[in-house]
Amino acid sequence: MSNPPDIVTGELEATGVERPPAGALEERELWLSGTEAAAGMGRWTGEGPQEMAPGDAGIALAGQMGSLVDDDYIGEERVPTGAETQIINMGPQHPATHGVLRLNLELDGETIRRVKPVIGYLHTGMEKTAETLTYAQGSTNVTRMDYLSPFHNELAFSLAVEQLLGVEMPPRAKAIRILMTELNRIASHLVWVATQGMDVGALSMMLYGFRDREPILDFFEKTTGLRMNHNYIRPGGVAADLPDGWEEDVAGILAGVPKGLADYETLLTENPIFLDRTQGVGVITPAECKALGVTGANARAAGVAWDLRKAFPYSGIEEYDFEVPTGIHGDVYDRYLVRMAEMRQSLRIVAQAAERMPPGDYRTDDRKVTPPPRARLDQSMEALIHHFKIFTEGFKVPEGEVYQAVESPRGELGMYLVSAGGSKPWRLHVRAPSFANVQALPVMLADSLIADTIATLASLDPVLGDVDR
Amino acid sequence: MTGFLERLFASLFWSAVIKVVFVFVFLLVVVLLLVWIERKLVADMQNRLGPMRAGPFGVLQTVADGLKLFIKESVIPAKVELGVYLAAPVLAMVPAFLIFLVIPIRGPITIGGTEVTMQGMDLNVGVLYILAMSSLAVYAIVLAGWSSGSKYPLLGGVRATAQMISYEAAMGLSLVPVVLFASHQIGAGSIGMGTMSLSKIVELQSGSFRDLFTIGDTVVGVPGWFVFWLIPSFIIFMIAAVAEANRAPFDLVEAETEIVGGFHTEYSGIRFALFFLAEYINMFNLSAIAVTLFFGGWLGPTFPGVLPGFLPALMPIFWFMLKTFVLLFGFIWLRATLPRLRYDQLMDLGWKRLIPASIAWLVLFTVVTAWKAWGVPWS
Repeated sequence: MSNPPDIVTGELEATGVERPPAGALEERELWLSGTEAAAGMGRWTGEGPQEMAPGDAGIALAGQMGSLVDDDYIGEERVPTGAETQIINMGPQHPATHGVLRLNLELDGETIRRVKPVIGYLHTGMEKTAETLTYAQGSTNVTRMDYLSPFHNELAFSLAVEQLLGVEMPPRAKAIRILMTELNRIASHLVWVATQGMDVGALSMMLYGFRDREPILDFFEKTTGLRMNHNYIRPGGVAADLPDGWEEDVAGILAGVPKGLADYETLLTENPIFLDRTQGVGVITPAECKALGVTGANARAAGVAWDLRKAFPYSGIEEYDFEVPTGIHGDVYDRYLVRMAEMRQSLRIVAQAAERMPPGDYRTDDRKVTPPPRARLDQSMEALIHHFKIFTEGFKVPEGEVYQAVESPRGELGMYLVSAGGSKPWRLHVRAPSFANVQALPVMLADSLIADTIATLASLDPVLGDVDR
Repeated sequence: MTGFLERLFASLFWSAVIKVVFVFVFLLVVVLLLVWIERKLVADMQNRLGPMRAGPFGVLQTVADGLKLFIKESVIPAKVELGVYLAAPVLAMVPAFLIFLVIPIRGPITIGGTEVTMQGMDLNVGVLYILAMSSLAVYAIVLAGWSSGSKYPLLGGVRATAQMISYEAAMGLSLVPVVLFASHQIGAGSIGMGTMSLSKIVELQSGSFRDLFTIGDTVVGVPGWFVFWLIPSFIIFMIAAVAEANRAPFDLVEAETEIVGGFHTEYSGIRFALFFLAEYINMFNLSAIAVTLFFGGWLGPTFPGVLPGFLPALMPIFWFMLKTFVLLFGFIWLRATLPRLRYDQLMDLGWKRLIPASIAWLVLFTVVTAWKAWGVPWS
């Protein structure tokens, strides 16, 4: 699709909270935010594999603050800033780093002067593993990457394979995929709101979020057999049809989640302490979002109206009526508002999907991809051969390469798949949204406090399984 | 037997020993209960059950946890300042116990002709003593943070220094009107000799605005608690108390999601248990102080004709505990509800709002009191 359609953006439901317009918030200094020169950005990541060396940020800072005058008249006077800062490791075992992210922080008192995210503690080589698995096994592998949104991983992989195969999904399969992925988005955002609340100190939010996520996971378990790592959306359709009584389950979720959301709004949206902790914290500008590849709710909160569901629709999502909420400030609070609004939009999509769920088959009838029904094996030699081939060596995918992206709860989740014509991918590269989002941390955290680090990190909503793969 | 008790309490030394032992055991039992109540309440607010296994409804959970901490190895990291590191937990606990010594849990009783005060020591500078002791407790946290030889405890220690000092000031200022008001009550219209003795302050709050009805010989009415005249003081005191006790939303010193465990990151086993104990005793102490100064302490209807046997004699203790636990419920409720403030916002609240507010209230109160006592200066 060459010309993405215009994006319909919705209003944020920030009822009752008066906020200054964008730009009225104090603009951050540019010198450490990375927008000034590419050289500065190179320094954060170009200082060795793991450890953060004691840097000259303090001296550069002193120069900009005016306490260091470095000109011809006053020779070589330097402020001994090196001794005033300390480097502290936050993570990989820290209560609030969402898994095993490690942040090297250079602290000046409680103020953060430099940040260096260190990743790789959860690296399991899934992209390489994918090369040894057939396409049918592939979704078992990718579903484990972003463990909070397994359906999106499976969907991206399946769509990529199907695009190479050139098979078209029946309408019911498409609708089931949309239903499951949007429910998954709600479940993922609920975990986010739980951890965001907990990380700013509202401990009860943790349990409320997980409580409201439970019916969704129960429905997933009923449908797929598992609460996570479902391997449900596969190349060629979905693994099984929706279970009996799914309408009631979905109706229950549609009725239950808004109540929970209303509770969170009561507890957080206008809570003065929460506003103090989140407004103007972890700010990122649209330009910085684009430069660093930040996508998803994080970019939308900064005002970048970019949603792959609108821009490059997949699996028939263009037929659904929903809006893309965007923020203007790009701070933690706007990310909170955007995600809360997104959950409501996802509920709309789920309701529409449940309402219009078309009858028919839940997987493609292409016998090269989908095994034939059991009854056909006794009647047809062809069917027997197909069945045998699919289950021994897997179906073959024509030579070619494809990039397929879906809008995961964390942003643009892309799968770049190269096929050499065999039954296994020749190469699978994953454009993980969390990976790109985490590299925005040094920009967001410049000159913030330790407490802001935690709030910002939580609002970024990274999943380390997604970062490291 | 009576003769023995009489002689025992007549002896200053032995009565002091008994009281100290009583305070020690009493506080330990209270903390055991308080921790259990907090866990159950917070669990209730969070759709959980809380402890259920040890004893009926998990009452013995705290005992089990305490036992575990006692027999656990207490790891000492390699880089600590050993002396200070070992002293800090004790330094945290001792002031907590000392504060409670001056808080009366009921009025004096007479045992065999000797009047025995139901508090460790009825100091005539009780209020000052409380402020002094709670300031001492800061040292424990600061020293623990700085002696641990680790970065997160250091941050916790630095935070504690700033936080406790700024809230100490607001707390002290908020108590001045109480003392002034007490002296106003004594002098009955003229400012004479005041009192800082906690039991005297409680006695000054007896009586009532207005009698509503009687049960037996007991007159029930709107009580004459200081809180009705000194609401601003009470609010400031409670906010400062939450900060002083390091409880949410002011639990920056040990903010788990930010600086891991703050000052007690490097403490384990029994030494951690002492910090834990001190925190809960402090919470109880601050509530008890608030009850004593603002809510009439042990005062309340005793129903001497209605209740059988010795129960009327125990009613004051019941009222004291009930009021204290109502305030403690507030502490727990806050913890389950509110996010944590940020370091700079906490300092803003302390220095820019609480201290000016308490000074303004103090000036207003002083002017009004003097006016009522002496009339306008130009008359």
